Amino acid sequence: MKRVLHFASVALLGMLVWQAVVTFAELPRFILPGPMLVFSTLWTSRMLIAEHAVVTITEVLIGLGLGATLGFASAILLVASPLARTLLRPMLVFSQAIPVFALAPMLTLWLGYGLWSKVAMALLIIYFPVTSAFFDALMRTPVAWVELARVMNATPARILWCVRVPAAMPGFASGLRLAAVYAPIGAIIGEWVGASRGLGYLMLLANGRAKIDLMFAALIVLAVLTLVLHALVDAVCRRIWGG
Amino acid sequence: MSSAPALQLAGRVTIGGTAIFGPLSLEVPAGRWTCLLGPSGVGKSTLLRLFASLGDKVDFEGTFGASDGVSLAGRVALMAQSDLLMPWLDVTANVTLGARLRGTQQPRERALDILARVGLADHGTKRPDALSGGQRQRVALARTLMEDRPVILLDEPFSALDAQTRARMQDLSAELLAGRTVLHVTHDAAEAARLGETVLLMTREGITPVESPPASVPRPYDAAETLAFQGQLLRQLMETV
Ligand SMILES: Nc1ncnc2c1ncn2[C@@H]1O[C@H](COP(=O)(O)OP(=O)(O)OP(=O)(O)O)[C@@H](O)[C@H]1O
Ligand SMILES: [Mg+2]
Repeated sequence: MKRVLHFASVALLGMLVWQAVVTFAELPRFILPGPMLVFSTLWTSRMLIAEHAVVTITEVLIGLGLGATLGFASAILLVASPLARTLLRPMLVFSQAIPVFALAPMLTLWLGYGLWSKVAMALLIIYFPVTSAFFDALMRTPVAWVELARVMNATPARILWCVRVPAAMPGFASGLRLAAVYAPIGAIIGEWVGASRGLGYLMLLANGRAKIDLMFAALIVLAVLTLVLHALVDAVCRRIWGG
Repeated sequence: MSSAPALQLAGRVTIGGTAIFGPLSLEVPAGRWTCLLGPSGVGKSTLLRLFASLGDKVDFEGTFGASDGVSLAGRVALMAQSDLLMPWLDVTANVTLGARLRGTQQPRERALDILARVGLADHGTKRPDALSGGQRQRVALARTLMEDRPVILLDEPFSALDAQTRARMQDLSAELLAGRTVLHVTHDAAEAARLGETVLLMTREGITPVESPPASVPRPYDAAETLAFQGQLLRQLMETV
């Protein structure tokens, strides 16, 4: 509750400054609209924004689900198989040297204009953080637990599944928290490169038509959605794995 | 349970060129309770871990193993110096960890019974982080007592307990582990005097067996004989260091 209050007061202060800048610098509305105008646009265009937001949310959630699943499985594969580690790890690191943004046009080319190119973009952007956070945690299992399991005659597979994976779940959770913030970025990039729906598309469209107030309204909705998603993922992780 | 073997060791341990202990030799008689008593840092845990096949980080020169010549792997239960409870499992699941790790049927009945006997009947559904240090140590003890192994290695199993609980846990362990080969590491002379059918004194010079009183273990904590033995052990420890 205190956090919400804190957050609300900072937001209010920010908006006051924003409105003051717009009023005193006499900025025209197609350069920087004031918060009053943005919020009134947000209200009048709520149906339009909601319609596009639903599209973006769908892309983000599917991307997040797939990315988390794939990252989970990849980290386990990397830990379980030294061969996979030697072959795949350099590739994973190399893939990080390619700016994901540069791939967006190709994804649109391969997967089309619709949902899946954006899902793929979100997935690509979160795959590495999830995989590497979980992998690092899996490699850092306290030795003493593994030794205890060995004395109890556990096979390496059982040790992995009953000790190392649960012990690494907090690491997986921090990967997921990052992913919750990155996934919307991925979806928006995908929409910018080519889409006919979604908040990213709406922002481009509004920008092109000098409807800066609408653009800001969509931006605010996007930011709020990202915060909510992060808070949700955080709450779920805390509930399941504590801390 | 297969019949309990004796344990033997002769040799020395170094870690990265630094001598940790030895050369020394020891013999842990079959089916009896042996206390290994010695000051901190002398290498008791290191020695215990050798018998648990956890010596891969130390350099051991010499021989060790079971008197029957069969490998000790899979015949040993180890209670390490720290409790090693899994924070994501509740107390009961921690106690049945062995079965879970081997993928066998989980002996819940027996687990609840042993939990009750270590005085934690009401704590079965708690997570380890909701327990006190002494309670955690008793969960680790219960987990070790669950393991039906002929050789039991205990590293300071009662160190976090108050005197009264400690005496109870000593009685319980002696009862449940009778007939097994127990190697019990401790730096408490009183504990060795109560429990040791054989007492081995470990110092920097090596290991010396000390003759123990004839009374069967666990010896009464207030018997003159036990107290005299405790005094004798402490004196010998003081003299050697
Ligand atoms: N990994 C290691 N690297 C270097 N030295 C080590 C390592 N592990 C243990 N030692 C040293 O080996 C010696 C024996 O350690 P050990 O844990 O066996 O002692 P201990 O007799 O069990 O002591 P305590 O009663 O305090 O538990 C210590 O001096 C310790 O510093
Ligand atoms: Mg020790």
